[in-house]
Amino acid sequence: MTKKQYAFYPGCSSQKGASAANYITSFGVICDKLDIQLNEIPDWNCCAASIGYAEGGELPRIVMGARNLALSDQHLPGQDIVSGCPACWLANREATERLQHSSSLMAEANEALKEVSLNLRTDFNTKSRHFTEVLIEDIGYAGMKAPVIKPLDGVKIAGYVGCQANRPYGIAGESFENPQYLDKMIETVGAEAVPYDQKVTCCGGALAFSEPEKAQALIRNIVESAYDHGADLIVTPCPLCQANVEIYQSEINKKQGTKFNMPVVYYTQLLNVAYGGSIKESGLDGQLIRAEKLEKIAGK
Amino acid sequence: MTTAMTTANETAVAKYKNNFLKEVEATVEEGHWVKMCMQCGVCAGSCPFGPHWEHSPQKIFMMIRAGKREEVLKSDSMWMCTSCYSCMVRCPRQLPITHIMHGLANYAYRLGLSPRGQPNQAIAKLFWDSALKYGRVNELKFSLAMYFRDGFVQGVKNALAMQGVGLGLVKAGRLNPLEIISGHTCKDTSGIHKMIAKAREIEDRRRGLA
Repeated sequence: MTKKQYAFYPGCSSQKGASAANYITSFGVICDKLDIQLNEIPDWNCCAASIGYAEGGELPRIVMGARNLALSDQHLPGQDIVSGCPACWLANREATERLQHSSSLMAEANEALKEVSLNLRTDFNTKSRHFTEVLIEDIGYAGMKAPVIKPLDGVKIAGYVGCQANRPYGIAGESFENPQYLDKMIETVGAEAVPYDQKVTCCGGALAFSEPEKAQALIRNIVESAYDHGADLIVTPCPLCQANVEIYQSEINKKQGTKFNMPVVYYTQLLNVAYGGSIKESGLDGQLIRAEKLEKIAGK
Repeated sequence: MTTAMTTANETAVAKYKNNFLKEVEATVEEGHWVKMCMQCGVCAGSCPFGPHWEHSPQKIFMMIRAGKREEVLKSDSMWMCTSCYSCMVRCPRQLPITHIMHGLANYAYRLGLSPRGQPNQAIAKLFWDSALKYGRVNELKFSLAMYFRDGFVQGVKNALAMQGVGLGLVKAGRLNPLEIISGHTCKDTSGIHKMIAKAREIEDRRRGLA
């Protein structure tokens, strides 16, 4: 079978030894089973993220994106640009839209791109997509189910979609207030999606760093609601949501006397375990709070 | 505040006189949308940091139309944006509220009017600087710069308070101590520096900040 080809934009947090390194590890088995080939964009740079606005402004931020788009178009023409990180996806997609909508912005961006000997063609409109879109739209739920050899029977999961995997673009056909796709993926691999009222709550994003108290109040709600609904673990499509919700549980415990110990994993890790991936292949050894239920299935 | 910033502010005041809406439309990212706000307040009720800011986006937009230039540009509100996009997707007029708030923050910052020592302003700047320096964000250096932004003593305290988390991440393979000497980097960092300098020069000229 011919593999489906995509230009791959990993993003800073997904590099080796970075905070979402285990996320990218868990792509391996999935791509293998579903015949997906991710071709890394050569010499990609940071997408500038939302938080880049203060120092960056509009044009420099869009230009950071434009360089990645131009590199992708040059080296991997015709391939959709795929990222696992919602912030990267958003930035790439936003850059594409803004440049398409304004010929003057496009001209300005190309003037800056001359400094790196690149040019973005004015009719550039290659799609930037999140990896969940590839799974849902190109593979489909039935396709995702086909390679399941170890259904995650009896595992109760809170599907935490968060912000940027859902807003402002989101997955086509889903609602902003109550998107269903993550719950459907959970059920596709044989686990149970528990009702979860904090599904689209903000984790604080980058401000978890600079406003720890305010962000930890949000994170507390996200974790508490998962416990209230009987979840064994939280699953998310976003590296920043994963890091914030997992890392700060110990801080909240220290300050507020809670006893949170709720694993937070990626949707790719669920698929990986269900497809027969080992603990290492699933990146489960990269959890601060180990997902014992998944490790037990992966270790079988 | 540098002299250049003071001059940019004075120039803007002279140029737009008391028409702050016109100034915002000309200089702020997506600022031309502000006049479309119908004051429903859905944005105010949608913000996860709602209890923490001085003015809601709804208020900021009306203050812009009322010409309250100083109050708007000195407000901490724009700096409280987590970029969750809730206000934006719920706005019945589909205003790009998140982007306008970012744009206002950037403009206030470039004029030297934004609140000093605002922690989210600090993190935004550190993030951008880190991304530019190597072409990619160095998470370790970025974190340390954030902890040490208020001086060495406070930095050591901050770092010690988070050392458990840091060691956990190192053990899990999600934080590499070697990043402090040799981290991930783009090949063409010097090109990226020139490209961004050029972009900033073009944008500053267009916004009257040059």
